[in-house]
Amino acid sequence: MTLIALNNLTKKYGGVIANNDITFKVDKGEIHALLGENGAGKSTLVKMIYGLVQPDIGTMMLDGESFAPTDPRASRVRGIAMVFQHFSLFEALSVAENIALGMENPPKTDALSNQIRDVSLKYGLMLDPNRLVGNLSVGERQRVEIIRCLLQDPKLLIMDEPTSVLTPQEVDALFTTLRRLRDEGTSILYISHKLEEIRTLCNRATILRHGKVIGICIPKNETAKSMAEMMVGSKLKTPQKTITNFGLPLLIVKDLSLRSTDPFGTSLKDITFTIRAGEVMGVAGVAGNGQDELMLALSGEVLTKANSIQLEDNFIGQTGPVERRLQGLLTAPEERLGHAAAPEMNLSENTLISGFQRQKLGRRGFVNKLGAAAFAEKIIEKFDVRTISVGSAAKSLSGGNLQKFVMGREILQDPKVFIVNQPTWGVDAAAAAFIRQALLELALGGAGVLVISQDLDELMEISDTFTVISEGRLSAPRPIKGVTTETIGLLMGGSKKI
Amino acid sequence: MIRLEPRTNPSQAMIILTPILAVLATMVVGGILFVTLGKNPFEAIRMIFWDPLLGEHAFYYRGQILVKAAPLIMIALGLSFGFRAGIWNIGAEGQFIMGAVIGGATGLALYPLNSFIVFPLMIVMGALGGFLWAMIPAFLKIRFNANEILVSLMLVYVAFNFLIGMVTGPLRNPDGFNFPESRSFQDFPAAHNPELWAGTGIHLGVLSTLGFVILAYIMITRHIFGFNVRLAGQAPRAAKFAGVSPNKMIAICLGLSGALAGMAGLFEVTGPAGKLTTTFPLGYGFTAIIVAFLGRLHPIGILLAGLLMAVTYVGGDIIQSQLSLPKASIQVFQGMLLFFLLAVDVLVNFRLRISKRNSK
Amino acid sequence: MDISIVSLLATLIVAATPILLAATGELIVEKSGVLNLGVEGMMIIGAICGFIAAVNTDSPLIGFIVAALAGAALSLLFAVLTQYLLANQVASGLALTLFGLGLSALLGHRYSGIRPPSSPKMEWFGMAELPVVGPIFFNHDMMVYFSIFLVLMVWVFLKFTRGGLVLRAVGENHDAAHALGYKVIRIRILAIMFGGACAGMGGAYLSLVRVPQWTEGMTAGAGWIALAIVVFASWKPWRLILGAYLFGGVTILQLNLQANGFDMPVSYLSMAPYLVTIVVLVIMSSDRTRASLNAPASLGKIFHASS
Repeated sequence: MTLIALNNLTKKYGGVIANNDITFKVDKGEIHALLGENGAGKSTLVKMIYGLVQPDIGTMMLDGESFAPTDPRASRVRGIAMVFQHFSLFEALSVAENIALGMENPPKTDALSNQIRDVSLKYGLMLDPNRLVGNLSVGERQRVEIIRCLLQDPKLLIMDEPTSVLTPQEVDALFTTLRRLRDEGTSILYISHKLEEIRTLCNRATILRHGKVIGICIPKNETAKSMAEMMVGSKLKTPQKTITNFGLPLLIVKDLSLRSTDPFGTSLKDITFTIRAGEVMGVAGVAGNGQDELMLALSGEVLTKANSIQLEDNFIGQTGPVERRLQGLLTAPEERLGHAAAPEMNLSENTLISGFQRQKLGRRGFVNKLGAAAFAEKIIEKFDVRTISVGSAAKSLSGGNLQKFVMGREILQDPKVFIVNQPTWGVDAAAAAFIRQALLELALGGAGVLVISQDLDELMEISDTFTVISEGRLSAPRPIKGVTTETIGLLMGGSKKI
Repeated sequence: MIRLEPRTNPSQAMIILTPILAVLATMVVGGILFVTLGKNPFEAIRMIFWDPLLGEHAFYYRGQILVKAAPLIMIALGLSFGFRAGIWNIGAEGQFIMGAVIGGATGLALYPLNSFIVFPLMIVMGALGGFLWAMIPAFLKIRFNANEILVSLMLVYVAFNFLIGMVTGPLRNPDGFNFPESRSFQDFPAAHNPELWAGTGIHLGVLSTLGFVILAYIMITRHIFGFNVRLAGQAPRAAKFAGVSPNKMIAICLGLSGALAGMAGLFEVTGPAGKLTTTFPLGYGFTAIIVAFLGRLHPIGILLAGLLMAVTYVGGDIIQSQLSLPKASIQVFQGMLLFFLLAVDVLVNFRLRISKRNSK
Repeated sequence: MDISIVSLLATLIVAATPILLAATGELIVEKSGVLNLGVEGMMIIGAICGFIAAVNTDSPLIGFIVAALAGAALSLLFAVLTQYLLANQVASGLALTLFGLGLSALLGHRYSGIRPPSSPKMEWFGMAELPVVGPIFFNHDMMVYFSIFLVLMVWVFLKFTRGGLVLRAVGENHDAAHALGYKVIRIRILAIMFGGACAGMGGAYLSLVRVPQWTEGMTAGAGWIALAIVVFASWKPWRLILGAYLFGGVTILQLNLQANGFDMPVSYLSMAPYLVTIVVLVIMSSDRTRASLNAPASLGKIFHASS
């Protein structure tokens, strides 16, 4: 029996087609997985079901009746509940109070607390209604969100990457709860990229890639390999580079471990790798697996044990960003506006952020304004940045152009080691090609380059060595030549087998 | 429905226009206020803004303007760096008092030593007193994440009570008549801060202020510290990326504003005030916050805003005597000025859009 | 020593009432996530407007009502600036204080030296005749009891009502509250106006009962003390009473000691409440597991509605 049917759903954002003619069904009493890499179109699809966005083309049917919600409330009224990846909780308030706030007409506190206790016992989601949310672990907080949904008696429960913040024990507890719900007739739409979990838990899986439905399968009948192939696509670009001779090791990272201060962050565990002169190492991975934390540790914004990170002969784990730049380690973070560049400042001033000391854009603390402007001009010229002048505010540039500026700012400083996170996200094809070429030339010139990216084609094209970051751990780096889609899918899916 | 739409580039025209708009709006609304009180609005506005500068007795008033403007500007300069970085020192009044007390006490301890070293030493101690007083909220913020607005504010009252304790006790003038006040600095030439040219009101504090304006200008426009302060306020993640240490920033900004406020206190107590008394603090520490905002946290702006505020203070005295209005009524003008500036300031980064409601 | 403990305590309660009123209002404002430094300005506007109304209608009750309205009206200026025009809260609050001080001086310059209509003491079935507790607790005017009642109402509101829950949520995490569909700006404006009304009544208490007279600048920093009391009380309503009485008590004690010839130690005694407030603040802030904190997490942050 079909609960919800999606027919030919299409959604465009500007020139990008996020969802392209999507059709599939979720049955009653089913746990249905929605599988795909980042950018495959999962979140857009789910937003349409939940009423956050409306489709351009296509229709939906819920319980045999037309379904076209214009806001989340309309969805909730029809029985759709969603647990987001990032919770909307109030730390100084109790569990019961948090749940009451998320409900339309909550019952009185005592009655509500009793309801919470009942649900929590019934589904194995142990929670004390009177505890303050701020005192709960992340796993427990997720339970608050889930109970909040369950009290609305939903027909369809959507869960977005729920296990990324859970311990293995908590994952087991969650699965027990979900199976219980399914057996009672609630449907669950389970968004994930973790193949092993999907095989254990889900009845069916719909696989998306580049906005289209690639296939619908029964996970139990598939192997992780076959699902990985569907997810990643067998038409992957063949690795471009052949093994070359690399120079001396430039960056040696050994057993780098770091606890994340953000409760939603990922802690790094025993990260070990070496980058040699002339080598490009590609790090693949789904967002939220420790990339940000790794960047902060490598750039010096977060300090680690001194000998965790070694640049040539020096242990730099305890040195800050300025000192690392002077020694030749440069980085470019993922977030352009607000992190790599100051949105309100102009391009000339933005060169000072990373270039003041290394590019000698000043003397005795005084800024050499002409020098900074000249450097900005040079970046604009060499990296084809389309902007009115060096006096334009950084936020006035398009994403692609700002990215070119940021990359140019670092690359033109002639780093020994360059680390970049998502070098071409949100960048048009021409600019992306330009940036990749610049990275290759940097390596040819003898620098060591680390590229963290979610774009596998990109990594195939430019990497010499390949590794995957998953849940804060790095797989053993290997030459790009032997890497297959199966390997990638498995590594990204969290398999420990390789 | 009137909506605010963000601009891609801050409007340069508005940055210049908004203070002028604010002053004009204040004059208009202020004029209306005077009409309701039964006074001639044009006359009143003239008394506040024109007479102090170019009126009949302006030669006397102009000196007063500089005397009042100097401490306001000196304190506001120090505050502006912290404000730009998002560090809110509301306790400048307390740092002002501590500078006066500690610097003044140093001098009084040396009485009647007549050496050229006395006054410079007092200046240093005054700056140190303010600096240390400001380092309390700095330390508590760095170590315990305590809100600096509330801590620095509480310390104003502590400082004020400390002043009372001092002038009724250890610092009470032994040759006086048992009043709660210190020895007058005018009786102690080595520690006195006199008017350098009669009638101008210019004392060493005024000259120092001018020097600080220039220094602050150079600092904010040309030095990497000025850049870092602006960066920390606008884009904290980028500041960390650039290698700016948030703790160092807190310490430097609070310390700097404390030192300048303390110095201003020292100049004030050894000059225009003349001695430490229980009524010596005049609220400069709070008014300086307003001057900082009026001046858009820019040294030149602060210089102009400080002068403008001082003019309104003097104008307030004039309307008090000429129109028999209470002295405090000038604060209506000053408050309005800041209100209007804050209100029109939004136009720098946002555009007004009047649109019809969408029907769903 | 000519200090009667009984009269001291009775005077203490009267002295504490204006700051208790103002602090109660500011507690609600801060619980919604807004820091309004303009309490002093709102108090003094209430003082003069209440005074003028009471004198002209010969009714202190009307005086208090007008004072509440005036305080709320003035706070609306602050509300519009900070919630719609996204102006800096610190600067806006200070502007409010300055403006209020000046405007009140202007409005009141013809009212000095006038006696307002007196506020009658409430009758508690002759309990005022009881020894010791009688004069301390049962011999006050209506507003003293109203201020306690207000604290009770605020406590009930915050702890037991949906409105109070939503207010706390807004102050705790305005983004999450917005995501859940609550009107953050509207709630904050209502909170700000409530704070203004309470501060206005607190100021009117000074001019109508405590002194009772109008003088320029008569609040003399009471607004700043009210701000301190909110922190001292860790944003918990009942502790406001403790804080108000502590601060008020110290002031009264200091005046009495001074009148009896004790000079020096007194000013150090006056420092005590402020130092204690700092210590309380440090203890609360340093607890990084914030759940034990009562300070609204959004306090002072500007809300950008991403609709």
